Formats: sequence, structure tokens, C-alpha cells
Amino acid sequence: MVVSPPTGAPAGTALTLSPAALGDPAWRSVLEPLLASGRSAGADLVEVFLERSDHLGLLAEQDSITSVSPAFGAGAGLRVFLGDRDGFVSTNDLSAAGLRAALEQALGMLGLVLPAHTGGGFDGLPELRDFAATKDGWLPSCPSLAEATSRLLEGTDRLQAHGHHLQVRRGSYARDWQEVLVAASDGTFARDVRLHQSVGLNVLAADGDHRASLGRRYGTSDSPDDLRRWDVEAAAVEVCSSAGTMLYADYVEAGQFPVVLANRFGGVIFHEACGHLLETTQVERATTPFADMVGQAIAHPSLTAIDEGLTAGAFGSLAMDDEGMEPQRTVLIENGVLQRFLSDRAGERRTGHPRTGSGRRQSHAFAAASRMRNTYIAAGPHSPEDLIASVDKGLYCKSMGGGSVGPTGQFNFAVEEGYLIENGTLTKPVKGATLIGDAKEVMPRISMCANDLELAAGFCGSVSGSIFVTVGQPHIKVDTITVGGR
Amino acid sequence: MGTTESAAASLDAEVLRQRLDQLAQREGVRRWDLGASCSTDTSVQVDRGEAKQMKGAQRSAITLRVWNDDGLVGITSTSDLSDAGLARALAGARDASAYGNVDEVPDFSPLATAPLPVLEQPLRPAVSILSLLDTLKEAERDLLGRHPAIGTVPYNGLAQRSSDRLYINSDGACRQQRLTTASLYLYARAEEAGRKPRSSGAVRLAYGASDLDVAGCVQEAAERTIAHLDYAPIATGRYTCVFTPEAFLDLIGAFSSLFNARAVLDGVSLSRRESLGEQLAVPFFSLHDNGLNPANVGAAAFDGEGTPTGRLSLVEGGVLRHFLHSEATARAFGVAPTGHAGLGAKVSVGPDWFEIGPTPGSDGGARGLDRFASGAGGSDGLVVIDSLSALHAGVKASQGSFSLPFDGWLVEGGTARSIEAATVAGDIRTLLKAIVGFEGQAKVTPDGLCPHVWVEGLSITGDA
Repeated sequence: MVVSPPTGAPAGTALTLSPAALGDPAWRSVLEPLLASGRSAGADLVEVFLERSDHLGLLAEQDSITSVSPAFGAGAGLRVFLGDRDGFVSTNDLSAAGLRAALEQALGMLGLVLPAHTGGGFDGLPELRDFAATKDGWLPSCPSLAEATSRLLEGTDRLQAHGHHLQVRRGSYARDWQEVLVAASDGTFARDVRLHQSVGLNVLAADGDHRASLGRRYGTSDSPDDLRRWDVEAAAVEVCSSAGTMLYADYVEAGQFPVVLANRFGGVIFHEACGHLLETTQVERATTPFADMVGQAIAHPSLTAIDEGLTAGAFGSLAMDDEGMEPQRTVLIENGVLQRFLSDRAGERRTGHPRTGSGRRQSHAFAAASRMRNTYIAAGPHSPEDLIASVDKGLYCKSMGGGSVGPTGQFNFAVEEGYLIENGTLTKPVKGATLIGDAKEVMPRISMCANDLELAAGFCGSVSGSIFVTVGQPHIKVDTITVGGR
Repeated sequence: MGTTESAAASLDAEVLRQRLDQLAQREGVRRWDLGASCSTDTSVQVDRGEAKQMKGAQRSAITLRVWNDDGLVGITSTSDLSDAGLARALAGARDASAYGNVDEVPDFSPLATAPLPVLEQPLRPAVSILSLLDTLKEAERDLLGRHPAIGTVPYNGLAQRSSDRLYINSDGACRQQRLTTASLYLYARAEEAGRKPRSSGAVRLAYGASDLDVAGCVQEAAERTIAHLDYAPIATGRYTCVFTPEAFLDLIGAFSSLFNARAVLDGVSLSRRESLGEQLAVPFFSLHDNGLNPANVGAAAFDGEGTPTGRLSLVEGGVLRHFLHSEATARAFGVAPTGHAGLGAKVSVGPDWFEIGPTPGSDGGARGLDRFASGAGGSDGLVVIDSLSALHAGVKASQGSFSLPFDGWLVEGGTARSIEAATVAGDIRTLLKAIVGFEGQAKVTPDGLCPHVWVEGLSITGDA
């Protein structure tokens, strides 16, 4: 297995190592013959996704750096469509021969054979749409190892300053740089550079038999200075405050209750309960109950939900998707009525839903699929206090953990930090709650939205791997939901 | 048809060693080790009789670790195995070593050159992807025909892999293992008029696609899915629960930090150094980690540090006996590494393949428990927990608590009825001491070997 410059590259160009490597014009001379060959073989569409990546992961524990994990790589994913079928091959071998072998394998999956000579069906690539033209300086502008480790140790130091009964203090940082080049036989030819940084603080507080583990993570895109701008003091105060509260919290009482979910990562409820079911991958699998409901009410009239890739600096924002299309602002649900689905290239071919710039993948090793970007419930007219005041007995979910949704639309997510609502007032903290429900049933029960929309960074794992996303919402009220507890 | 199948993945350990030796010498690095792997994969998915997606992959990866002149360690990982890639990785690892952890410096495993276990792992040739496709189409057709309510098999896949992995260090250790594996999963979705959709499935592993128990996978997926069609809500309360082998192994796996020396040293385990010898579970409970069990398809002969894998007693007679170790944690505890390490700047430790059952000589597995016997579970009945969901979110391993959605059945008077939607919650330490007994013979699953496990007094939250 080797990574080498493609055939036709000028001697001495370091296509495998230079940050600008995928912007090298020599790639055109490698990609055009590939696309032409694929079309001549009988493929309806051939797409090549090239990727170069550079990752840095850091971990600080107590007052030491305990892990520094750099990684870099390169690879390609080749996808061939014939009708609504497709074959996909990924490889770390970016030589011309390696890419041609991958194409041959992908064609073979569809019963097609590489021709000896290329014929018609492909007119060459247009001028490169270079979304990365101003981004090549991002990677060297990121914090150095010395600077990043110093910031993390500042974080664990601030935890020590603000926390009580802390048995473990951790800070972690991840910097993911990715350069992509997408070329397809339909004339797509685009390059981009992405930069994602996330930093988190976690603690384990312990006092006798009482234990509480809590963390917060912050993430942004496309700004090399974000770690420098991180408000470490505020982050440490927030984590320590929550840990101190939850250390002595009782386990939540199980049952059916109204719940009020806080803004920011509270948006995981929409992401799991509904968002995934509005991806065309779910339409293809016949696993969404909303497949034939565009134009129909699927949620409470107070609810409007949006998915977009445009918010500056948000974790799920992107200049182009992994199929070379610019992202859109997609209104999914407006006043309770389903408007449209998130769609990618395969989704459009198989379901007819137009592409929305939502074709996303973790890396070259995955075929793109319709995935969420920045997904949130729009702000409503109420104050957060209005929502809490409307509940006689229920649960306030201040901080949420992860969640998931299954093939029947059953969703779940964990509550990290909860409080009882009694007679319209927050009372004692409770832990150990898991909310479960059915998408079709819960969406009409989101009856009140507050006016304090905020977003939060997250990672979403699904058919095309783990990707950077944003969830968000204002405070919302769900009239009743199953609260799993003890 | 003109399909092209990739050649079996392979690495040349000697060539890689020579290249690293030369690079290290040039860069003044005297001590290094590496883990490398490469693989070729092909896989198919189908959708109602048509190919949905066919995939192939060639992957390579290397993690390089170096010790600097101060004895500190740095690493870098890459997919670029070219000379330029290796040189950049070496330089990156050396740069990272300036930030190596002075409080815990990894060393080569003292067992990195010890004899390896001999594994019976046949290397199977890859079959054509169109053959995989035909097999999966037939399996899907068979499953769809098992019940009129089964309308789709939305999650399915048939995959085969050829892989080669190795460990080399500058002291002369050289480990290499070639392996072929295949996997099949079928998750069906069934829906009856006016009722909610239900889903369940099954998984099979083998050394080659031709060895897969396709009929067994179809049968199990059909049985499990059909058994969830008739459902009803369950009342919230405390129940005696019977975990299927798969569900119990999932739960124990989520709390494996109990047995993990790395987690103990980091302070995030419920166990402490002094916990060895303490009663962790009921006296008839036994737990071993044994990646070498012949039923463990794809067993690794050595871990990320080159240490041979083996069978390790974790809990015997309910008493915590040993922890899982890497080189560094073993040194801290004054014991030998156990073959459970990864390879990284901070070496991770993890379990391999669990064997759970009664301690020999105890009566835990011989009580004649039968969940379908009349009167089992008393007036409230028994809850059978078939599969757990959302372990990543609902388990707080460092607190010991869990609150998890599950699929299962309420068994009353010998009759089982699927539960509509529910969660099970509790504390792992309480659970391990509330085990009533084991039912039936241990079953082989992808994650280990385990019988059905009865536990009393767990909190169930339902919709009724």
C-alpha cells in the first residue's frame, strides 16, 4: 500500500503532504480519465471523493498532559451509479493505478467493465469551484502543541479551583482538519477545507457513596482561534456547579410526566425523535413514518424546525457538502406541517426528493448519505419561565446526554442534569432519567416553545459514519413523555 | 460477470522493520515500536430484492511510538505507509514525545517476544461480491416470507474481510496475524394494521462467507421479530428480570471498567486497587475474559503491545480476582500484562470476549430455572430483557447506574407477550448481588458466552 503522486503530476510536487495538495491542477489530469472511463463503461454517474486529513487529540488529567495523539491520512472514495443502484469503493492508495483499480471494482459491482478506450458521455471537468481558496492558512494558524496543552491544563486547574469533592478532572481537545476534492461526471468539481475544533471538561465528583460524573463540550468550525477564545473560566464554573448539584441528587421517579427541556443540547430530542426520520436514507429503508406526509401536520402547530449548513462557525456548517453541493437552509417543519426531507445524491435518485446539500460522510471510507447539519427548533413566543410555570408536576431537563432512534421510530435520550418541577417551580435535582417515546406520538406534544434559541455542538453516528452536527432549540415543553427511572 | 475481487491484504513485516530502522537511525530515534494493519473488505446491502449498496475498501493504518532522549513517549498514526508518510509519522511522534507523560512512561511489554497461542483460524478465500449479493437477496426473501407482517429488512448486510496486522519493536519483537472473517446481520421491521411497527434481528460471524449460518440467522431474526408483534404496555414497578445472553453481555461490557486496571488507576472505576478479593457478585457467579475461546471468531493472538492473549479469571465465586492490564498498568500493580492493551500515547485497556456462568461446584446454574414454568415470577410475572438500547447514553459506568430502553417480553403463567416500550434501571453492584441464577446452557454470541441470567428487583418503567 503506497500513497504517491498521481500520474501526470509535475516532478517534485508533494501531492501527499502539502496542505494545498488537492488544489494542485495535476489532479484534473488524473480524475478526468477516471470519470470518462466510468461513463464509457456504462455508468450513469461516477463520483470521486478525495480526502486528506490531519488530526490532533489531547488529553489532560488532573495537572498533567497524559495523551498527545496526532494522526494524518489520505484516501479516496469512488462511487458509481447505475439506475438507483450504486457501487462504492474506498482506498488509501491515491496513485493513478490505485484509483483505476478502485473504479474497476466499483464498476464490477454493477456488472460493468472498464473499457479499453473511452467514448462519449463525459465532456470534461469545468473550472474548479474552490471553496478553500482562503483557507489554506488555517492549519498552521491553529494553536501549537504548546499552546493547546497549556489551555487544557488551564482548564483542569480551573476545575480544581471551582470544584468540590473532585476525584477526577479531565480536559480534552480535538482538532480535525480536512481537505476534500469532489469530482463527478455530471460536472461537479469542487474543493474545500474544513476545520473543526472541540474542547471539553469532565469531572467525577465523589463523596462516600455519592458519585456524579459530568461534562460539557464545546465545538466550532472554521476558526483557527477558537481554542484561544474559549472561556475556560465559565466552562469550569458550569461543570463544577452542575457536578456539585448532582452529587447528592436522588434518582428520578419513573412515570409519565410533562417535561421542559432546556435550550442548546436539549435539541437532541428533535434530532433523535424526528430529524433522522426526515433523512431520505430513512425513506429508502421505509423506516420513517413520515414518508408520505409532506404537506400534512406531523407536529404541534407551535413547532417549526430547520436544518441548515450556513450558520457561521457552527459545528455542522459547511461551505459545500461531501458531494460538492452548497448547503441550503431547509425548513423541515413549519407550524407543524412537514415541508421537505433532507436529501443527497442517492436519495434524490431513489426517492425523488431534491438534494439539499446534505450529502455527508465521516471520511473517504464512507459513501455520502443524507445527514443533518445544524438542526433546531425555531424560537417561540414564550419565556422559559412561562413553560416551567405551566407544569404542576414534571421534570426539567437542564442538560442532556446522548440518544438514539431505532428502525421503528422509537427514540430515547439520557438526562444528565434534571430537576423536579412542582407547582410551577424548580425544586430538587434528580438523576438517572431516560426519556423514551415514539416520534409520531411525541411531535404533537411539543406544545410550547420559548424565545431563547441556542445551538450546541455534537457528533452524530449513522450510516455514513460519525459527523459534526449542531443541535439546538429554545426551551420547549413536552406535554407528556415516559420518564424511565427507579 | 466481470467483477474484480481484491487480493488478500498483506503486510511485509521485515520490509517495514527495515524502513523504520533506517528512518529511526537517520532521525536519531533509538527506541520505537509500531502497530500496523491493512485490510480489504467487500460488503453488500439489499432492499426488497434489489441491491441497495455494494461496497469495497482497501485500508492501511499504522501507529508509531517513539521514546525520546529523556525517555518520554510520543505517537503518531497515519494511513500513509509510503516512505514520506513514515518519515512524517516518525517526526510527528518525536515532536509529540516532548509532551509525554512523565508520571507514567510506557515500556515494551516483557511478553512481546513470548510464545503466542496457536489459533485455529482457517483463511477463507473471498467470494465474489455478486455471490454475496445473491446470498443476501435469498436471505432477505426468506425472511420476508416468514410472516405477512414483515414488510422490510431495513438493516441488513453481508460482509467479508481479509486483514493482516502486526506489531514490531526496536528490540526485535515481531508479531503478525492474518485473518479472514465474514458477518451477516438481518434486522426486520414488521407492522400489523393499526398497530405500531416492531423490529428485531440477528447476527452471525464466521471465517468466510461460505461458512456463515445464513439459515440460522434468518430463523432467529424471524422468531425474534414475530415474537414482538403482539405487544402491550407494562406497568411501572419492580420485577424479576431474565436477561438474554446478548443483553447481559452488553450490560457487563458497558461496566467493564469494574475489571479494568487503567480505569482503576485513573479513578474512574467503581473498583479500587484494594477491591481484589472482595465479594462483587453472588457466590455462584463466574466471569472470565477469554479471547481465545474457539467460538470467538476473529480472536486476536496478541494485543496492541504484542502481549499474547489468554484466559483470565476476573470474578470467581463472586469474588473479584484479577484486573485486565496493559504493560504500564501491570507494572503499576506488580503483575504481568494480560494481553488487553491497545497502542497509543496513553495505552487503553479493554476486554476481549467474556465467558459468564456458574462457578464450578456452585448450584447457581442448576436450580432448574425456567421462565416459562407456571408461577415463574409470581403474580407480577417475569420480564425477559431481550436487547438493551442506548448503552452509550444510559450507562454511567463511573457511578454504577444505568437506565436503558429495552425490547423484551412480560411472561405470565408461561405465556410471553412483548412489551410495548419500557426502560430498565438500576445499579450494577446491586444487580450483581441480586442474581437469582442461570437458566439453561450458555449461548455463544459475538460478544461472549453466557446463559440466561435471572435478576430480582429491577425497576421497570412502562406506559401502562
